[in-house]
Amino acid sequence: MSPPPRSMRRMLVSAAPVAVFLLLVPYLADAFGAPYQTILLCYGLVMAIAALGFNLLLGYTGLLSFGHSAYFGMGAYAVAFLVKYLHITSMEIFLVGGVVATAIVSLAFGFICVRYTRIFFSILALALSQVLWSLIYKFFWVTGGSDGLRVPTPTLLGGLATVSRDKVTFLAHGYYYYVLVIFFVCVALMWVIVNSPFGKALQAIRDNETRAEFIGVQVRKYRLVAFLVSGVFTGLAGALWVPLNGLVTPDTLHWTFSGEIVFLTVLGGFRTFTGPIIGAVVFNYLKTYAVGYTVYWQLLLGAVLVTLVLSMPSGIVGTASQLFAKLRRPA
Amino acid sequence: MILLGTKSLTKHFGNTHAVDHVDFTVTQGELLALIGSNGAGKTTLVNLISGLIRPDSGSIVFQEADVTAQSIHARIAVGIARSFQLVNLFDQLTAFDNVALSIFSRKGKSRQLFSLAERHEDVRDEATDVLRQFGLDAKAGMLAGGLAQGERKLLDIAVAYALRPKLLFLDEPTSGVSTREKAPIMDIITAVVRSGRITAVIIEHDMDVVFKYSDRIVVMHQGTILADGTPDAIRTNERVTTTLLGAPAPA
Repeated sequence: MSPPPRSMRRMLVSAAPVAVFLLLVPYLADAFGAPYQTILLCYGLVMAIAALGFNLLLGYTGLLSFGHSAYFGMGAYAVAFLVKYLHITSMEIFLVGGVVATAIVSLAFGFICVRYTRIFFSILALALSQVLWSLIYKFFWVTGGSDGLRVPTPTLLGGLATVSRDKVTFLAHGYYYYVLVIFFVCVALMWVIVNSPFGKALQAIRDNETRAEFIGVQVRKYRLVAFLVSGVFTGLAGALWVPLNGLVTPDTLHWTFSGEIVFLTVLGGFRTFTGPIIGAVVFNYLKTYAVGYTVYWQLLLGAVLVTLVLSMPSGIVGTASQLFAKLRRPA
Repeated sequence: MILLGTKSLTKHFGNTHAVDHVDFTVTQGELLALIGSNGAGKTTLVNLISGLIRPDSGSIVFQEADVTAQSIHARIAVGIARSFQLVNLFDQLTAFDNVALSIFSRKGKSRQLFSLAERHEDVRDEATDVLRQFGLDAKAGMLAGGLAQGERKLLDIAVAYALRPKLLFLDEPTSGVSTREKAPIMDIITAVVRSGRITAVIIEHDMDVVFKYSDRIVVMHQGTILADGTPDAIRTNERVTTTLLGAPAPA
């Protein structure tokens, strides 16, 4: 077998310390008597998977979707339906159900959306997501309407791991590691995709659609595949999010949730691979602490985020990379 | 042998007859220059043949197959490629990636999602070789957006060349570069095109370039073909000199 390419080695070396830290988090949090911090990070990792998917469209294909709540919500509701109507408790079946349902929806929505670009694409994606939101909202006898649907804590790995002690311990250990493994797989998978010939073709489309056509890239088809992959990643995140939250409501499909996905991606830096991951984790902490600090949390969060975006237009990771490059440059 | 032929090809933009019942042929292996004043219809003709715009009427036949209704993608697959008047590159990708993308596309590999691009050694070797032929090997790792204008022009053509087309349209390959750079750029282009046995059509305004490098010249004027012949025949063609230069040819 040939050795791994240089870029992959570089990625593995830089990711290893972070991976070790993430593996130790539950024990560190327990040591400080704060298992909730692990659950909070778990939320961040789930949102990071959604952000990775979203950024395949924004950062790599040049398409700004204001409708990604549709795929997140679809993944979440697919799990809730499996619980309510089929009484399933297996997380693995939840994931398959979430991915299949999201794939179908994103394929259908993508088929319509990828015919357009720029603001037309963004608005169409937003409109379609709002259609899905209103369906979930109005068909309350199926979906629970504004009350949403409850989702009990699932069993993991075909019943090998279940809630044996309290729910917090289960979520902060067993479920956290479950999410962490899926997060690692998603990061690796997305990294391969963006560095594959297909990923390069997407970047070509982003840079120059006309020229991409003239080197033989079938732009619309490639955009549709990117849309599908992006939707599936986001739907997977939705399916992982429900057991953490225990409840899914139409809020997950609302356009304001799409706005959050856009914001956290831009906050981390959509021109870098790791930017959306960092953005998701940071945004999650900011939002949680803002909610806990004041009833005017939206105002506080908005002010903090506007300041961050204005002071770091290329996002947290982009700014950090620029500073690092400046420090490394000889005087 | 005729490689490409158009029959009564027509394109109107409102009342403007951009291309008006044009019968245009390209013979296999030649380096043909397409000249004419601004608005003569040269770029529109290339846009029609390459599939960027659809004709109002007429037909385009390439290697005895009618490609008039075919997509850009299908035309590239049969061997028609082009560069652009205004440099058209993937500016946030490296020079290497710009060329490699064409090769991935030609080899049908650009649909692969789960293999790293850098693992395709055949593509890497070929892209390196193409960049070397165009004198851009030292710039392989630079972003296309950061290259000098002359280098960008060459890279633009290298991207089209890497598709290994049978027929390559070069739309004003020396526009926007300094007079000093024109000859070296044309030398590289003609050397690469001839060594690759590619039939090329060059749209050009610089008459020194046209007469020095082309085998045949087609002159367009107001959407029609005014003259067609060897450089010597065109140089002494009275209609051409009167129309383009506003004066009869010197005795």
